[in-house]
Amino acid sequence: MLELQGLTKTYKTGDTALSDVSFSVPKGQIVGLIGPSGAGKSTLIRCINRLVEPTSGRIVLGGRDLTGLGVRDLRAQRRRIGMIFQEYALVERLSVMENVLSGRLGYVGFWASFTRRFPPADIQRAYRLLDRVGLMTHADKRADALSGGQRQRVGIARALAQEPELLLVDEPTASLDPKTSRQIMRLLVEICTESGLPAIVNIHDVPLAQQFMQRIIGLRAGQVVFDGTPAQLTESALTEIYGSEDWTAMRKGHEDDKDAEADALRRLSVLPA
Amino acid sequence: MTTYPTTWRRPPQIFTHRGWRIGLQLAALIYLVFAIGTLEVSWARIAEGGERGMRFLMGFLSPDFSSRWRDISQGLIESLTMTLTSTVVGVAISIPIGIGAARNVAPAWIYAICRSIIAISRALQEIIVAIFFVAMFGFGPFAGFLTLSFATIGFISKLLAEDIEDIDEAQAEAIRATGASWAQLINYAIQPQVMPRLIGLSLYRLDINFRESAVIGIVGAGGIGATLNTAIDRYEYDSAGAILLMIIALVMVAEYSSSYLRKFLQ
Amino acid sequence: MSDFPASWQFRSPKARLALWFGWLCLVALFVWCWQVMNERTIWMFVQDAPKQAADIGGRMWPPRWSYLGELMVPLWDTLNMATLGTLLGVILAVPVAFMAARNTSPFPLILRPIALFIIVASRSINSLIWALLLVAILGPGLLAGIIAIGLRSIGFIGKLLYEGIEETDIRQVEAITATGASQAQVLNYAIVPQILPAFWGITVFRWDINIRESAILGLVGAGGLGLKLQNSLNTLAWPQVTLILLVILATVVLSEWVSAKVRAAII
Ligand SMILES: Nc1ncnc2c1ncn2[C@@H]1O[C@H](COP(=O)(O)OP(=O)(O)OP(=O)(O)O)[C@@H](O)[C@H]1O
Ligand SMILES: [Mg+2]
Repeated sequence: MLELQGLTKTYKTGDTALSDVSFSVPKGQIVGLIGPSGAGKSTLIRCINRLVEPTSGRIVLGGRDLTGLGVRDLRAQRRRIGMIFQEYALVERLSVMENVLSGRLGYVGFWASFTRRFPPADIQRAYRLLDRVGLMTHADKRADALSGGQRQRVGIARALAQEPELLLVDEPTASLDPKTSRQIMRLLVEICTESGLPAIVNIHDVPLAQQFMQRIIGLRAGQVVFDGTPAQLTESALTEIYGSEDWTAMRKGHEDDKDAEADALRRLSVLPA
Repeated sequence: MTTYPTTWRRPPQIFTHRGWRIGLQLAALIYLVFAIGTLEVSWARIAEGGERGMRFLMGFLSPDFSSRWRDISQGLIESLTMTLTSTVVGVAISIPIGIGAARNVAPAWIYAICRSIIAISRALQEIIVAIFFVAMFGFGPFAGFLTLSFATIGFISKLLAEDIEDIDEAQAEAIRATGASWAQLINYAIQPQVMPRLIGLSLYRLDINFRESAVIGIVGAGGIGATLNTAIDRYEYDSAGAILLMIIALVMVAEYSSSYLRKFLQ
Repeated sequence: MSDFPASWQFRSPKARLALWFGWLCLVALFVWCWQVMNERTIWMFVQDAPKQAADIGGRMWPPRWSYLGELMVPLWDTLNMATLGTLLGVILAVPVAFMAARNTSPFPLILRPIALFIIVASRSINSLIWALLLVAILGPGLLAGIIAIGLRSIGFIGKLLYEGIEETDIRQVEAITATGASQAQVLNYAIVPQILPAFWGITVFRWDINIRESAILGLVGAGGLGLKLQNSLNTLAWPQVTLILLVILATVVLSEWVSAKVRAAII
């Protein structure tokens, strides 16, 4: 269970990215975070594991306040939070296995990690996760030899290797094509439901959010302006989040895509087989 | 329910063959033992050196600029004049050689000649060239000037030639198509494209030439290096420290101003 | 002299004026420098130069091939000086580079300026000058040469390496940090893999340069081929000088080839 209380972040440049954000995420819930560009979605996610230091407010994960922890305690708490990044953020020159095992770094000492001698249980878990995301045969490949979708699967395996109590996901599909995006989202949702893992998924694509999320939070200019189920996310709610102009443009873009797709299909169908 | 392996070793990255890997490590170890074994270290001499080292360090920390100021200032002026004249002359000579060494504008025989000049200039080290020029032209800054000019030619011509070979062929084609002569081609198609780079390179070389001018003095080619050599020979470590600090400061000034100028000119 | 026209680009009249003024200053400075240099040159020697050159050239050929046997030990010494010096340089340069890089420096406010000064000082002083100093302090021999090479290499390796560290991908570092890894583990898992290829490239490159430099350090008493060169020059044994130069040239060409091969294999 994660609880945010009055979270505020003002960057050194004076941008207030978050102002007084409060909500809680119960066990097993998958929350989609939507909002226009610059609304503060990434900032919110990065504040939770303190990659970005919040200006004020409290972050409580399973009864522990994460704000104001010292370096050592912060390390121990960060292991409880898995993070998945938009551009995968794998260490490109390490092997897939090393990338997955790096999720255990918070648990093993420096020497063991330096010599790559992880405990047998960790290695077993890493293999199981690689199998789960369908990359068993790629364990000894270098990460930069994988495709985008495969890299994101490694990213998922790395986050899960931490045995987290919370998953933070920052635009997991923004660098992927629509089909792979769906596959990745489905995998994420399956894994979360299997183990009752709560997740906050920052996502650009509204239809994708509506399809996969149980709850949606809309952020605008650093403030929560919507909090409800996908069914409650009506036209007017979306206009409230994105502003009327942006939302119309977005929907139009979407329809254009659909039109183009339909058009392409039509053309293909008239081609001689 | 499948069971997963509990062991994993990081696969070797470069030498995948086990024998090779171990052989190589062993060879490196044996080499190290031998190489260190052939060092003849005289510990008595080093112990004595400790005290001298301290004196030098003290000299570095409390440099003495004044007692040898005449020598130092003379050496500096010599070094600076050597640096500037050799860069200007070296760059001026480098331009025709660089053009001649560019495959896309020069005929084959000129290309061969210019490339050999570049190869010779680059293969011979400044110090060795300086030794010969000192033997031929006598001690003093003139030998240093010749040495640095010679080294500048290899450096600038090579980079200039590479730049010319890299130019946008489309522009050169366009000029050729107007029926321009060879000289016009150089003037209109090549020069505008490589000029900014050439100025940048010259400034960079100016910086290098100053550093080198401090060295070639050791073999008699004048400049601050000669002054430094004398100071160390006389065990005047405080003067030597002063000279070294001035070299460091001047190199820093040269580096910053040359990178600033390069930015300004671009 | 400078025969390049100054207006290679269209500029505002004011900028063009400034540019012309700059060129004018350069010409004036050049003329002045030339005069200073003339004053200190003994022109009699210069006029004599062609004769001297012909004389030396005549004496230098043919090389004294029988001397080759005596050069093997100095050659070995030279190679060792370069290799051990590079090793020493690397060992010292790596911590300096990590202290100098903005993103890894433990106490940036204090340690960064110190590390940067070490790099600048090492870079601005040629290895021959380092050797000159060290021979005066430690006495002649290979050790002085090795330390000289090592001290000069710190700046070169340190500078390139710290620039490499500063260019590492911040996202990979953040991702490892987010797993709860310690500082040392972040270094080991996120930063080192990113800079390792650059590190090997820089090291081999410096080794190649160090081979050239160690060949002449003997001129100031640091052992190796340079020492033989100095002795031959002092005794005016020109055929030996030729042979030594040929050996140096061959070594340099070979090491350049090796370094190019290795760097190509890494990248
Ligand atoms: N490191 C930073 N320093 C200063 N300001 C920042 C920084 N990172 C983000 N901001 C500002 O904070 C605000 C929120 O940024 P954030 O990246 O959280 O938006 P976002 O909702 O993730 O947008 P996007 O959908 O484009 O990723 C923006 O106004 C941005 O300019
Ligand atoms: Mg974002």
